[in-house]
Amino acid sequence: MKIPTNFRIVRVPCTGRVDVIHILRAFEKGADGVYVVGCMEGDCHYNEGNFRARKRVEQAAIILDKIGVGGERVKMFNLSAGDGPLFAQYSIEMDTKIKELGPSPIRLAKQNKKDAA
Amino acid sequence: MIIAEKKPIEEIIDEVKDFSRILILGCNECVTVCEAGGKKEVEILASALRMYFINKNDEKVIDERTLERQCDHEYLEELRSSIDDYDAIVSLACGVGVQFAAEKYLTTPLIPGVNTVCLGANEDRGLWTERCQACGSCVLARTGGICPVSRCAKRVLNGPCGGSTNGKCEISKDVDCAWQLILDRLKALDKMDDYEKIAPIKDWSTDRAGGPRTVTREDVKI
Ligand code: SF4
Ligand code: SF4
Repeated sequence: MKIPTNFRIVRVPCTGRVDVIHILRAFEKGADGVYVVGCMEGDCHYNEGNFRARKRVEQAAIILDKIGVGGERVKMFNLSAGDGPLFAQYSIEMDTKIKELGPSPIRLAKQNKKDAA
Repeated sequence: MIIAEKKPIEEIIDEVKDFSRILILGCNECVTVCEAGGKKEVEILASALRMYFINKNDEKVIDERTLERQCDHEYLEELRSSIDDYDAIVSLACGVGVQFAAEKYLTTPLIPGVNTVCLGANEDRGLWTERCQACGSCVLARTGGICPVSRCAKRVLNGPCGGSTNGKCEISKDVDCAWQLILDRLKALDKMDDYEKIAPIKDWSTDRAGGPRTVTREDVKI
């Protein structure tokens, strides 16, 4: 299974470190999609880091819906740290979904502005 | 602390749409603790608004700042040198902060970014509940430390009323009867004798009934 190469991995010590603003900033900078990959629920070293992350992903999705970017562009996945194939599978799933949705309207708007300048 | 709740982003968008240079102004105190108007919420709102307007092909300047407090002159003064850079300020402080900022910067429109709800406590993660209505003459010493003014729907001072059922208030089965709580606590304190004493008529002139209230302290004034 080949992992798509069109995404950037941002490493965090625990998904509990990921806040709504980090997700929004990625979109503001032109990302087409963001997925947060945490440990299995119940397996967090900090007990609830991945639950917090899930809530924040949900909050970000609501905001993205309201501002016309689309909440379906952000998603939370859970897997065990050693499960490379599943990571690959989730990446393909996300890649396929984002390709279906097309580029983020923010990236397009920024591009149009640049072209006009 | 003062408990506030974020306003829906649609409402804020509608208020700011005609301005082009906007400052989102947070407060580092109460509203930070109740996760409605601190630095984090400022960043999130500003980012969301920037994206919304870029998407509408109406790019605006949307800056972020968070003051230590918005209910004190000295912190609000920090804005003085940059206030003319903005057509409007969205303040995420409580209603006190919004008004104090508006009084200070007369020609800059101030838009509230939160709804100020009550004086309350952080009862649990994600749960804030009312504890005080600032009635101006506290009766907690007689009521086992539980406030009948803010927590009893009828504000009765010699309760409970006839609507108290199984510890719940008649307004909802999810609301504790404040007087049941008071009774339980007085029992635990072995102060049931106090319960038998009829509370005198409360002086409501210190409450909102007497108009806006002030505290003047000659001993602190300079
Ligand atoms: S402005 Fe409001 S939220 Fe900020 S410190 Fe003052 S009372 Fe608390
Ligand atoms: S009695 Fe008045 S001051 Fe005391 S807690 Fe209740 S509302 Fe607040």
